[in-house]
Amino acid sequence: MTATLDTTLSLAGALNRALADALAEDERVLIFGEDVGTLGGVFRVTDGLAARFGDTRVFDSPLAESGIVGTAIGMAMNGLRPVIEMQFDAFAYPAFEQITSHLAKLRNRTKGQVELPVVIRVPYGGGIGGVEHHCDSSEVYYTHTAGLRVVTPATPDDAYTLLREAIDSPDPVIFLEPKRRYWEKGTVDPQRRSPGLDKAVIRREGTDVTLISYGGALGTTLEAAEAAAEEGYSAEVIDLRSLAPFDLETVAASVRRTGRAVVVHEASRFCGYGAEVAAQLSEHCFHYLEAPVLRVAGFDIPYPAPNLEQHHLPGVDRILDAIERLQWDDAAPLDGEK
Amino acid sequence: MTTTERTAASYFLPSDEPLGLVTADGTPTPDPALAMPADDVLLRLYRGMVSGRRFDTQATALTKQGRLAVYPSARGQEAAEIGSILALRPQDWLFPTYRDSMAVVARGVDPVEVLTLLRGDWHCGYDPYRANVAPQCTPLATNTLHAVGFAHAARVKGEDTVSLVLVGDGATSEGDTHEALNFAAVWKAPVVFLVQNNGYAISVPLEKQTAAPSLAYKGVGYGMPSVLVDGNDAAAVHAVVEQAVARAAAGEGPTLIEAVTYRMESHTNADDATRYREKAEVEQWLTRDPISRLKQYLTDRGLLDDKAQQEIDARAEEEAAALRERMNVDTELDPADLFRHVYAEPTAALRQQAAELAHENTEDQA
Repeated sequence: MTATLDTTLSLAGALNRALADALAEDERVLIFGEDVGTLGGVFRVTDGLAARFGDTRVFDSPLAESGIVGTAIGMAMNGLRPVIEMQFDAFAYPAFEQITSHLAKLRNRTKGQVELPVVIRVPYGGGIGGVEHHCDSSEVYYTHTAGLRVVTPATPDDAYTLLREAIDSPDPVIFLEPKRRYWEKGTVDPQRRSPGLDKAVIRREGTDVTLISYGGALGTTLEAAEAAAEEGYSAEVIDLRSLAPFDLETVAASVRRTGRAVVVHEASRFCGYGAEVAAQLSEHCFHYLEAPVLRVAGFDIPYPAPNLEQHHLPGVDRILDAIERLQWDDAAPLDGEK
Repeated sequence: MTTTERTAASYFLPSDEPLGLVTADGTPTPDPALAMPADDVLLRLYRGMVSGRRFDTQATALTKQGRLAVYPSARGQEAAEIGSILALRPQDWLFPTYRDSMAVVARGVDPVEVLTLLRGDWHCGYDPYRANVAPQCTPLATNTLHAVGFAHAARVKGEDTVSLVLVGDGATSEGDTHEALNFAAVWKAPVVFLVQNNGYAISVPLEKQTAAPSLAYKGVGYGMPSVLVDGNDAAAVHAVVEQAVARAAAGEGPTLIEAVTYRMESHTNADDATRYREKAEVEQWLTRDPISRLKQYLTDRGLLDDKAQQEIDARAEEEAAALRERMNVDTELDPADLFRHVYAEPTAALRQQAAELAHENTEDQA
């Protein structure tokens, strides 16, 4: 479409626009959760939607996460497409049983007879100075669960597109919204569709090392790539977008070109998402690798108090340090020499 | 009594004693608030209970023959299971638990498909949309929320559909029950919650489950009418469920019903109930059997004679024989099915894993 349709929006604004467009285009879509109606959500992602679409389409529910997910399952069984909100990452844990035992499995349990096109929006991750239980990176609880799709946008344009595609998906989608990027502005083209709900994209091209990241950590990773360039390393940056399924094809193709890889995320390292990426790369790219796949992640601690979070979240320096550790041969032979 | 004549408290509070229409010895006990079902309905209830019990004993026998991995018997709960199902209209939905196979069969689902779960072939063997029956739920109380969501969606879509959700006494301690009661009441969702209080959650007796005067009190705090009924009295269960369904369909919101009954068998065939309950208690409940009670009442009324009884028994026997025969056929399962219904389309990783398994199986055969 023409560029005149492009609009500059924050990531939160892009999500709001995506919800509004989905509500307008499909009467089966409805939005509910705590504070999503009159208040418009604590991050204002649902701002104005109840006023525009009425309180049958957009409404406040009682405060109970299992109740929100469990009733959404029943609504989806009866032909609706609920988009529900867990107010913060760690507040979703009471709904864990409904998500893992039912939302993820009902298609499978019924041999495909029950389809659950439910989207659960979860503001996740840190970097906003939130108090305890407001900053968890809970992605692997969901990615480990077969039957769920888990996606996370890192740009306003992708926020719009991924959310529209998530709502259209016949599978349940955990839609992780990186809180610290909510206010990040960018150009949004509502006509654009992504290469697919399960595809990664290359955000920056490079030849020496592949940096793999997503969500909240992507901005820091791109900054680190710029800084690495000044030190002579050409870094390619991949935004995974979809954590489940994992786009091995795009990631492996890049790593085969560069021979080196660093996975960057803010969740704890142990059994974190980076462990899966590193394992897949060692299985599929071993003979192309010049160095072990490294992980730059948060520490293996409960999410720290806000005044300490800057030490926990991976910053540019930690990523640059990892790049330095990738077994570069300082005494590299001159071009043409063996 | 109409709702406007009641004070808020009297409206919501359940009775101290369970409501009933027929006593344990078959004597009618008319209740002005509860209409005795019509004769043809009573006969259908009776036939349904006889068939239900025969199904239950057949399923138990199939566990002994190794045809079923496990079976949770509902023997003794026929009045609650059949009484409630026959009060549903065709367009209504049932949200059952693992113990409610008898109810699912009574709703019209093929009994072999119902037993697919317990045979171990697949988690749900029937299409929920064919008889309006959600998959039998194994985790406790999670089905309560599905029922509320389903019912709410029906209202949003302008459909006249009521959800009936079955749970046991143990499930009333689970958080989901409380969230579901609250959501349903706030949304005025057309839902009927039927708690089959059969005395034990596996081995834990009711007095260790709740301090409330009855489980029917669980509805009071959420703002819905709550009814305590004799769960071994099929006529009474049918009458209260029918009232609750009509109330829900009229847009007046949910009702909670506690049906007081008893699980005559162990939790499942793998359980040993003698470890936690006295024989005398079980025998005492035998005198309140739901089937002999209605039989006595129907006989006294001249609605059931020996000939009719023989026909009913013969039909139940035929159904059991057909089930036995069909369950004795070895099923063939396709390992590729493992990967088919995880997502709408298998992911690249699942396609790869399906190929690995196929290769593994080919090598095994070679």
